[in-house]
Amino acid sequence: MTQALLREIIDYANRANPYPLYEELRKAPVSHDGDGPYVVSTYYEIQSLLHDPRISSDARNLKATGDDPLGQSAEDEGTTLPPSFLKLDPPDHDRLRRMTNRPFGPPHTPHRVHDMREELGGLVSGLIDGIATTGNLDRVDLVDQFAYPFPVTVICRLLGVPHEDEPRFHVWAETLAASLDPDPDADPTQHGKGAMDARMELGMYLAGLIEERRKNPGDDMLSQLATADGPDGAMTTMEALSTSALLLIAGHETTVNLITNGMLTLLRHPDVLQRLREDPGLSVPIVEELLRYEPPVQLLPQRTTLSDIEVAGVTIPKGASLWLILASGNRDPKRFENPDRFDPDRKDIQHLGLGSGIHSCFGAPLARQEAQLALSELARRLENPRLLEDPPQYRQNAVLRGPRHLPIACDGILPQAA
Amino acid sequence: MTGEGRSDGALERLKREGRIVVVGASLAGLRAAETMREKGFAGSLTMIGDEPYEPYDRPPLSKQVLLGNAVADHTALPRRRAIDADWRLGVPATGLDMSARRVRLGNGDEVEYDRLLIATGVRARPWPNAEEGALKGVFVLRTRDDGEGLQQALAAGPRRVLVIGAGFTGSEIASACRERGLDVTVAERGAAPLVGALGGVIGEVAAEMHREHGVDLRTGVMVTGLEGDPSGRVRAAHFSDGSTVEADVVVVGLGAQRNTEWLAGSGLGAGPRGIACDAGCRAFDIRGIVTDDIYVAGDVARSPHALFGYQFLSLEHWGNAVAQADTAAHNMLSESADRRPHLWVPAFWSSQFGVNIKSVGVPPMGTEILVTQGSLGERRFAAVYGYQGRVIAAVTFDNCRWLPFYEHQIETTAPFPPPFATVDRRPEGHKPLPADFPDPSVPTHGPTITLSGYSPADRKMTFTPGRP
Repeated sequence: MTQALLREIIDYANRANPYPLYEELRKAPVSHDGDGPYVVSTYYEIQSLLHDPRISSDARNLKATGDDPLGQSAEDEGTTLPPSFLKLDPPDHDRLRRMTNRPFGPPHTPHRVHDMREELGGLVSGLIDGIATTGNLDRVDLVDQFAYPFPVTVICRLLGVPHEDEPRFHVWAETLAASLDPDPDADPTQHGKGAMDARMELGMYLAGLIEERRKNPGDDMLSQLATADGPDGAMTTMEALSTSALLLIAGHETTVNLITNGMLTLLRHPDVLQRLREDPGLSVPIVEELLRYEPPVQLLPQRTTLSDIEVAGVTIPKGASLWLILASGNRDPKRFENPDRFDPDRKDIQHLGLGSGIHSCFGAPLARQEAQLALSELARRLENPRLLEDPPQYRQNAVLRGPRHLPIACDGILPQAA
Repeated sequence: MTGEGRSDGALERLKREGRIVVVGASLAGLRAAETMREKGFAGSLTMIGDEPYEPYDRPPLSKQVLLGNAVADHTALPRRRAIDADWRLGVPATGLDMSARRVRLGNGDEVEYDRLLIATGVRARPWPNAEEGALKGVFVLRTRDDGEGLQQALAAGPRRVLVIGAGFTGSEIASACRERGLDVTVAERGAAPLVGALGGVIGEVAAEMHREHGVDLRTGVMVTGLEGDPSGRVRAAHFSDGSTVEADVVVVGLGAQRNTEWLAGSGLGAGPRGIACDAGCRAFDIRGIVTDDIYVAGDVARSPHALFGYQFLSLEHWGNAVAQADTAAHNMLSESADRRPHLWVPAFWSSQFGVNIKSVGVPPMGTEILVTQGSLGERRFAAVYGYQGRVIAAVTFDNCRWLPFYEHQIETTAPFPPPFATVDRRPEGHKPLPADFPDPSVPTHGPTITLSGYSPADRKMTFTPGRP
């Protein structure tokens, strides 16, 4: 039973609508089968595990297990970049995240994200203008023409990565994102090898950039990470590499899906789309509800237990692999009223879409701002937009879930606001 | 509401056309009023407050306001909804007639109620010598006016600030002074800052924070007197060790007193330790009998907590005020079977010297402490307090994201010391230490007198003013 459900989670056939499966999973807060991971699907249990110091994010604490398709990550091999802070525990996690945060957010850089607002607005306008100039409004792919290029350009500018190199690291990013995907049919050795190679190549590419920034620092984050010298000292070159690789990859796939899932949801709820058109301020609660209703990160497959712990009556042994199904917790009727309803007027919306605890999404303020701007501008400028395929074609990935293409048609594109 | 059929309709009548009076127009009073309206209370609502201001938030007063980053009169509490109340501001309540169900006001008015909520909170404990306390440059910090006055005094660039008492407020004030580049002396009668709230082990960490930030921290001393110049402005303070500190601003941070004097003679169970109430926020009268029309919430309430041996706890915590107000308001408008207990786990936070301090549970109940994550030396840690083999409280320094876990440990009476492995456990986290709270049998508040000498001729009396 459980085994069947797990296979179903990763089965592409369920990608367009995994929520009935999650509902099935939630019948037991913890599911487990044989040697596989322990799957946690209910809100309160996930929420408490995200704050539980007996749970490690460091794969080195994982007992080698047979069945867990994510059991052996390329990073364990020691032949590539060291783990990024996403896959570390305190104190190393805290130190690296703190140092990364210095040039990004409060208290040392409180205005960075806010100050990007105008630039982000310009990018959004430019991309929508671009759609207009193609002249073909009968078939617009919102992913290729908007939702992908936007966040990728943003993360490149933030880090100081030349945008013309994007095609090169796009390949690496896709490979690395795919390596997160627990594909049971892929050859694990080949799967891992590909990711390792991609990480290595990406690392070497970034090493070149960092070397250059050390000599000629700018005010981009790469320069600041390379030359940081706060109370925590400086990052080693390897630390700066894995941190910048993390930011680049995380800035790549997640926001794309947030925007695409967002437009798809809005097009399925034309009343909300109309309200957003009239009131761009509504994008704030809409994005929060989207993070609950269609979170771009569906599950966290890389946690492990440091001790035997009891969760909802099930004892999970030390060294076990945990999957926390955030998207399922977000639809837990014990936590949210009418959880399957998309309701931007929802008052109590403490979702798990950005995680929680010490690993809660580092880029959250930027992702929120990007999605808010993108959705409100698309709503305002696209005339009579409609879905051409519902459901659209999804990406393979069950972890970072989103449409591969989102073909829409519209009657016209309104000019930029004066 | 399912009152029909179970009651005589009194509750429905109360909700439709009853009179509810809230004494205390601050955080707890406002949140209770909002909850009542949310629950459909359509009757008349009167909000009585002795300050002339609408409800405002206090935590910024000892933090952002003192730094000059926020203005005291911009700390009004955001409203969750309109409450459509009759506001009686700038007028204190002066008496209560329980049998006639009336509140007397300072201006002679009387307000009748069907249900009364008392949320009169606490006020700063003043300097025990009134004449010295009235010197220019001597402050307490509790109200918006206090915050504004102290902010101006700090902005004027005093040569030295003396803070009497190193509890949370005193420590935050010292931190703000240092951030403004002012010289500051802190006088604490205990062995370390925060020792009463968090014990000696954590107090030692706090002491290092003070000293590293250039605070002239004096522990184990009392201020025996303040001295003014001929113009009536404070200029120096005398210490019990014989030393003198020259300061032109003195902040008295000796804790708080509960605002219950106005209830004297009313027959309500109100006293210096607060107003006793049951877990459902219903006040006790002096006979120990619970009332059914008078409720209490916030700092002034003293209610039994099932999780902590049914001890009557008075909590001066922001979160407690919000949660208790919500429970009180709910119960005021509910049939007895629908009422719920106030089961909030005590929690508070502070921010000082750039460090975020948070705590859950009741640390002073703890006899032992164990650093479960991080390290005291780095000032980034989580520590749990043990009491009779169970976890009773926890504190974090710059580590608050783990706190919900420890709160759950407290709620489920988890064993102490914790038997499991955690991320970031260091060698110092392997053995519990005595938590080192001051001996509770030694009086800590209020003036005391001690006697020394044996022969009648040597007998001496020493007066000790109220301690921090």
